[in-house]
Amino acid sequence: MAVVTYRDALTQALREELQRDDRVFLIGEEVAQYNGAYKVSKGLLDEFGPMRIVDTPITELGFAGVGVGAAMVGLRPIVEFMTWNFALLAIDEVVNAAAKMRYMSGGQFTMPMVFRGPNGAALQLGAQHSQAWESWFAHIPGLKVCTPATPADAKGLLKSAIRDDNPVVFLEGEMLYNTKGEVPDGEHLVPFGVADLKREGDHCSVITHGKMALVAMKVADDLAKEGINIDVVDLRTVRPIDVEAISRSVQKTNRAVVLEEGWEICGMGSQVVDFIQRECFDDLDAPVLRVHQEDVPMPYAKNLERAAKPDAGKAIAAIKKVMYLD
Amino acid sequence: MSTEAKRPPVPSPSPSPAAAQKRKEKGTPGDNGADAARATELAPTTPGVRRELLHSMLLQRRFEERCAEAYALGKIGGFCHLYIGQEAISTGVMSMIRPDDYVITAYRDHGQALARGVNPRSVMAELFGRQDGCSGGKGGSMHIFDAKTNFLGGHGIVGGHVPIAAGVGFAIKYRRGNQVCVCFFGEAAVNIGAFHEALNLASLWDLPVIFIIENNRYGMGTAISRSTANEDVLVRAKGYRMDGESVDGQDVFAVRECMARAVERARKGKRPTLIEMRTYRFMGHSMSDAVSGTYRTKDELEENMKRDPILLLHNRIFEAGELTEGEMHKLDDEAKAIAQDAWDFADASPEPPLEKLYADVYADTSS
Repeated sequence: MAVVTYRDALTQALREELQRDDRVFLIGEEVAQYNGAYKVSKGLLDEFGPMRIVDTPITELGFAGVGVGAAMVGLRPIVEFMTWNFALLAIDEVVNAAAKMRYMSGGQFTMPMVFRGPNGAALQLGAQHSQAWESWFAHIPGLKVCTPATPADAKGLLKSAIRDDNPVVFLEGEMLYNTKGEVPDGEHLVPFGVADLKREGDHCSVITHGKMALVAMKVADDLAKEGINIDVVDLRTVRPIDVEAISRSVQKTNRAVVLEEGWEICGMGSQVVDFIQRECFDDLDAPVLRVHQEDVPMPYAKNLERAAKPDAGKAIAAIKKVMYLD
Repeated sequence: MSTEAKRPPVPSPSPSPAAAQKRKEKGTPGDNGADAARATELAPTTPGVRRELLHSMLLQRRFEERCAEAYALGKIGGFCHLYIGQEAISTGVMSMIRPDDYVITAYRDHGQALARGVNPRSVMAELFGRQDGCSGGKGGSMHIFDAKTNFLGGHGIVGGHVPIAAGVGFAIKYRRGNQVCVCFFGEAAVNIGAFHEALNLASLWDLPVIFIIENNRYGMGTAISRSTANEDVLVRAKGYRMDGESVDGQDVFAVRECMARAVERARKGKRPTLIEMRTYRFMGHSMSDAVSGTYRTKDELEENMKRDPILLLHNRIFEAGELTEGEMHKLDDEAKAIAQDAWDFADASPEPPLEKLYADVYADTSS
């Protein structure tokens, strides 16, 4: 297995699927000549030409709608948002058009398309550029939502997303592009709705997804030195969501912490806790705790930003609390 | 109950020759020989075609009169926006495009669907929320879809479907096809961002899309003068280096002529066009508001109803001596019979089975 960056793993996925199916095209701001704002589409214009790697004006609603229209008549668009924060300008096309077209046409029109781009806070980008949107899109029937944490999952999930006949919201971690990991050689597909147990332990379950899965893995490694062994359940996709994997882990450890990048109210964690109380009511030895961003817009100042974000320290405190070790 | 009383005040499609003659002498705009002659060059019609145009318009009218009746009876629910008064546009446009072209429209969509050739039975069954509706009862009045006729809906968010039309145009170009995509929306949509983004992309990328503004002068209850800084909506075309044209939307021949140019521009020149079709809706915005009295006067309505598009076409045909009064009545009776058949079919169609509730949220992934 080769060690590659998360960015390169995504590029591999795009290249392989563009080669595999000529109905697939990539459209978005700066994806072609500029090689992508985050260089995920580097080299693709040279290889596939301007009809398949399409630069757009700054017109999120417009080009998201172009993707929807092209998908309706049989193409397989990949719509890149420079960041998901900008995608709010296009949410009508994602939610009102792409997600509902199949249902409201009685199954006559399918929407084989991917909306992708970086999600979540980076470093000191301020309130409008530091947001995690998964709970917004996971709320919508008709969409699928991927949140890969590792290069292998990024590649495998993106290839699955491009081959999926449904609209897929693909949330890449903005802070993950330079992270490295092993990616299986050859054809590598990761199915949707199958969580990955990234660490194994009996003492507590940490259920997480996206960038926070990396935090959870680090926490697991640190706590192992103290003799505390945790399960890290990386959901990988939050719609569909692997309820069985959540239950299996909590029924084993009897304790759970739900870790996510977004805000508390109506966050992904709210939904996970609901599954846990329904499926594992008699298994719990402690209330389930959640770790998430503080309930404020992201501040700019370095110290305030650090205080606002969920992190390893907050996760460890929550784990110790559910284990009655604090 | 008296269904007749619920019917909109539609002028008889079979007026006396004397009345037609009187209107002619008064010089009703859009109803003159010069227009007809010009239209003949670009979009020639034969007596047979003219008869088909009249039939198409009558069908929409009679069908929607039954929709109003069904709505009053509670057979149709939710929002229901009637197209009555604007039929020359749907009929004229559809008569100028091919079966492999694409059509996409907003929520006032029954007329376009029927003119496009969507089965009236499946449209009425959809309005009734029944299993045999074109969307299996899941779409309703605002979401008529029909893959067989490349009828891409039926969209309920003002302006939201205009970029989708650009996407269809993009796909045509991507495949090096020579189809066109026709996109209908009301004049109120020209103030929403989606319209501007779509026009910019269509012109920038040379997409074969024909954007049709059906200017009926009111966005729900707001007159264009209260919503649009420059009421000349065609200037929006110039802003995007796009060809634009304004046409009398009550005159089916003028609509066809204008479409002939736009279709040629899209197929051969691969360029989009923005067309303003000036029209008037004879009903309220939806079934839930008064036809007149709040935001427009009864006088204004009556004045505009004198230019009923069906009446204008009828007069032409009648004056040309192409149809006798008896034949005209027969054509109208046919339209009524089709509407009745659609009603009967919809009424007999079962409600969608409950197990369909979760069907078609997702497609099975197969690629």
